[in-house]
Amino acid sequence: MIQSRLFKLALAGTVLAALPTTAQAHRQWMTASSTVVSGENNWVTVDAAASNDLFYIDHRPLSAKPTVTTPDGETIEVANHAVGQMRATFDVHLQKQGTYRVAIVNQGVIGTYKQGGETKTLPRGTTRANLAERIPADATDVVTADNVSRNEIYITQGAPTEDIFKPTGAGIELVPMTHPNDLYAGESATFQFLREGKPTEGLTVTAIPGGIRYRDALQDMNLKTDGEGKVEITWPEPGLYWVNVTEGGDEDEDERPAPGGPPRGRMSYVTVVEVLAS
Amino acid sequence: MTQFRLTGMTVAALGTGVLLPAGAAAQTMDLTVAIPRLSVAEYHNPYVAIWLQQDGAPARTLAVWYDLDNREGGTKWLNEVRQWWRASGRSLRLPASGVSGATRAPGSHRVSFTAGRGGMPALAPGQYTLVVEASREVGGREQLRLPFTWNGTAVANARAQGRSELGLVTLSVKR
Repeated sequence: MIQSRLFKLALAGTVLAALPTTAQAHRQWMTASSTVVSGENNWVTVDAAASNDLFYIDHRPLSAKPTVTTPDGETIEVANHAVGQMRATFDVHLQKQGTYRVAIVNQGVIGTYKQGGETKTLPRGTTRANLAERIPADATDVVTADNVSRNEIYITQGAPTEDIFKPTGAGIELVPMTHPNDLYAGESATFQFLREGKPTEGLTVTAIPGGIRYRDALQDMNLKTDGEGKVEITWPEPGLYWVNVTEGGDEDEDERPAPGGPPRGRMSYVTVVEVLAS
Repeated sequence: MTQFRLTGMTVAALGTGVLLPAGAAAQTMDLTVAIPRLSVAEYHNPYVAIWLQQDGAPARTLAVWYDLDNREGGTKWLNEVRQWWRASGRSLRLPASGVSGATRAPGSHRVSFTAGRGGMPALAPGQYTLVVEASREVGGREQLRLPFTWNGTAVANARAQGRSELGLVTLSVKR
């Protein structure tokens, strides 16, 4: 009995730890009550969830507490963070002029090492912080790679600014040629994506308009980044769009280190942008 | 005397590179802007923005009518005048002298702008578009565009008829 209970607990732990990567079947998103605001001292409230239909709350919350970066690069706390059965919600207090970032970034480490002639895989839940304690002292041939999933949205009070888009080099990041809070129906936007700080060709970019529940066709736009890591997206209608960037290929295969080869980190990026009527 | 009344914002709104031709009298732009009377359960005067566009130049806000006396300074809803907010509003500091004004009730309003005062620049000969956009709380939004050519001497006229949130808008520019 005890054994079986432990097994269940372990299993539950696995499921939780795996959520950031296995929720691919369910789309993760954060939607802000407004993305473009005027005046000063505004509050914006945000829902955060993983769901099938965009943007309807039909599955699980994103329970991680997001980080807010102010237009001048300061990190502030979200207010009133509450995690419900199906969605999390929180408020962001905008006290500066310019563009804010709200982000949930999951960073994990995958990899292998050899111990006594046997190749072993790092357990799930390994991070840069706990990597040292998870590798036995007698391990050799340690090979690791980073898994980074980035879920970010942007909110602008006043005129848009670009300071928050300085790349950190971790995971897939957006460098906007067109500001994500300056999007209008019928116009196109150019976004550049960096993988570990470098413009990367061949990333898969999927944009899907919200409101899926009330139409038959998904209306997804599927693009690949060009040699400069750029894609151009033309917004057919005003509304919210889910924009997801992955490395392409078979996701399950990517998740595991190739047998005999070095492990390959898996990176993804997701945002929700608001396209205004022109 | 006029110079002393110019605020920093006004100077910025005047921008650069447009000089009043020597000896030219100040241009004036006379507008009529009609706000229709609507039969609705909840009515609030619309926010209205009036601005001037010219290809290759930043938009110049001539007037913005909003709830400038309210507790929050009235700026919270300015982004709802969304084309103006994008073209000019979001880079302005409000209230701006000679630009900000209170909302106006339904009726036809006459407004005049003189080059060099408020947000009105001196006009070099060329093609311009005057844009009037109205956005009403719990109501709709409408934008009218009035293209005109200013040749430096002849009176320039333009007009546009609104359908929902604006009525007739007329423009006349003269020296």
